[in-house]
Amino acid sequence: MKKVLSLVLAVVLVLSLAACDKVTKPEDVTVGFIFVGPIGDGGWTYAHNEGRLYLEQELGVKTIYKESVLEDQTVEQEMRNMIDQGATIIFATSFGYMDYMEKLSSEFPDVAFYHCSGYKTTDNMSNYFGRIYEARYLSGIVAAMKTETNKIGYVAAFPIPEVIRGINAFTLGAQSVNPDVEVEVVWTSTWYDPAKEKDAAIALLDGGADVIAQHQDTAGPQQAAEERGAYSIGYNTDMSAMAPGSYMTAPIWNWGPYYVEQVQSVIDEAFVSTSYWGGMNDGIVELAPLTANAPEGAQAAVDTAKAAILDGSLVVFAGPIMNQAGEVAVADGASMADGDMLGMMWFVKGVIGSVE
Amino acid sequence: MRMIKRTDMTKRKAIKIRTVAIIAAILVTSVFIGSIGHNPFKVYISMIEGAFGSGYRIRDTLTITIPLIVTSIGIMIAFKMKFWNIGAEGQIIVGALFASYFALNFSYLPKVVLLPLMFIAGFIGGGLWALIPTFFKVQFGTNETIFTLMMNYVALKWVTYLQYGPWKDPASMGFPKIANFEDSALLPKLFGIHIGWVIAVILIIIITFMMNKTKQGYEISVVGESVDTANYAGMNVKKIILSALFVSGGIAGLVGMMQVSGVNQTLTTQVAAGYGYIAIITAWLSGLKPAIILPVSLLFAVMIKGGSFIETAYQIPQAASDILQSVILFFVIGSEFFIQYKLIMNKRSKKEVA
Repeated sequence: MKKVLSLVLAVVLVLSLAACDKVTKPEDVTVGFIFVGPIGDGGWTYAHNEGRLYLEQELGVKTIYKESVLEDQTVEQEMRNMIDQGATIIFATSFGYMDYMEKLSSEFPDVAFYHCSGYKTTDNMSNYFGRIYEARYLSGIVAAMKTETNKIGYVAAFPIPEVIRGINAFTLGAQSVNPDVEVEVVWTSTWYDPAKEKDAAIALLDGGADVIAQHQDTAGPQQAAEERGAYSIGYNTDMSAMAPGSYMTAPIWNWGPYYVEQVQSVIDEAFVSTSYWGGMNDGIVELAPLTANAPEGAQAAVDTAKAAILDGSLVVFAGPIMNQAGEVAVADGASMADGDMLGMMWFVKGVIGSVE
Repeated sequence: MRMIKRTDMTKRKAIKIRTVAIIAAILVTSVFIGSIGHNPFKVYISMIEGAFGSGYRIRDTLTITIPLIVTSIGIMIAFKMKFWNIGAEGQIIVGALFASYFALNFSYLPKVVLLPLMFIAGFIGGGLWALIPTFFKVQFGTNETIFTLMMNYVALKWVTYLQYGPWKDPASMGFPKIANFEDSALLPKLFGIHIGWVIAVILIIIITFMMNKTKQGYEISVVGESVDTANYAGMNVKKIILSALFVSGGIAGLVGMMQVSGVNQTLTTQVAAGYGYIAIITAWLSGLKPAIILPVSLLFAVMIKGGSFIETAYQIPQAASDILQSVILFFVIGSEFFIQYKLIMNKRSKKEVA
């Protein structure tokens, strides 16, 4: 009798376990984040980490992360480590991780991969990014109204489409209020190197620039501007605390809602491989509040342009747009398709520098 | 206070000092882990788990052990002659660079031809890189410690140059990276780990044999003990040093080849990943004995892998995990000092100095 009873109990137990298995509980889900810099960088990685914390808070999932992962084979190893530690969703947040993630995605079909800022997808790998160039366009307006030398310095990371697109949008925004403005670009070949990025900004200031913008993950360029009594446009997060004397505004990220939405879709077993490229109307990118350093009238100009972008009457990469050589790159009445923007490897007129 | 060289060190005493050092290291790191809000005991267990907790982790730990073993062996040969080769890092890089040249340009060759070619290239690359400071040492008496160290930075800059310039992958949309190797240039795996581990084992056997049983090995130890003796015995000291350093650098170059072909699958500035420096410590702690290099290298690999694991497992910042490893290292190396020397308090010595 006892034997039969224990057998019945065992069967019930197994069945109930199997039943439990069907529903994925958020607290059983582990989400891995691969970061290119430290979470305290006050910039790019900081913004993603804010998104991670928001995700934890909203859904109660477990998250793990790894800081300062190099953009080489190391990332493959780190992703394997995370899968080994139970991660079923991985967000890799830098361009250089793309090929390694693509390779790994075929090896682990049950893991949902998300790559930020690239252009490749597979059955179980999405890519995601935001149209930060819209916010950069707005920040260009602020910079151009501020400059007196008509020369704006731009400290940039790598000559890849993402960065080039940002520089172009910034320049177009600047030219929309001041056609004489030139934007001088310096490449640092780093995402996160405060000292190097600061030095690059100093070189630009020495060359006559009086406003500094950046595509970097640190506030190094901001501090250089502050020390020289110049003005600056930040990036990624509100950097007003780091350079209160120079900082005017910044194009910033808000990743949290996207992370929540995507992780929820995986929990609901509704994952779909997509290329997400949301703009200001999605709230994933925006322009940080203007500080007292911003020029008079900038707020009104930004508000007008922002409203036009939101209602679709202003398209950043709509023709006519000239390239550096003065040739028409986008004809009047046309506007660039997403695919062309994602592969943008040329500068608009008014940018000083080369994409090599 | 002054320090004098110990002459009374017994094995038991040495073990006692090392044990004290390890306990002290555990105590200090425990306080540190506690101060950042974690249970030290759990973190230590996790480090071990991180290194051995699953088949995947064991394979990963061993993948880190391989370059440590092989580089240590290379360094050992130079150290036996009291030639302080701090340049293994650069020799790894140049070995990797030479091997990559063939991987990138001759990928149409079959694996069985291409891989040996890359091995030879790696060996020659590392060897030549070591020969440059060695030549200046034997010819002009330059300081090899500084010279080999500086060569590391030169090697690194070469890779940077190639990565941003002539070898940049045109398909990478402007992102500075060298193209990934074709399959023909990748080391095959055996038991889930690239076959570099077989090479490491074979190397240990060959080098042990060479150092103990051959004329070359004997000459190396004589030069290491006393150059005068070697001269008196009619040995060609210059030639011995040059050829030994070619082998020492060449072995480091092999590591470079194995890293690009077996692990990274391309050449990056991170190819040496600090193995050239860590291997100085492992070689030294092994007492320059090939057989001991094996467990010591494994220990360091466990520390690297375990340290990386606790970062994600406990969300410890990378810097904190580095501090942890450094403290352990500090005590382990520090204990070696107390095994070699002792400090004695001597009041009179103050007067003498005055």
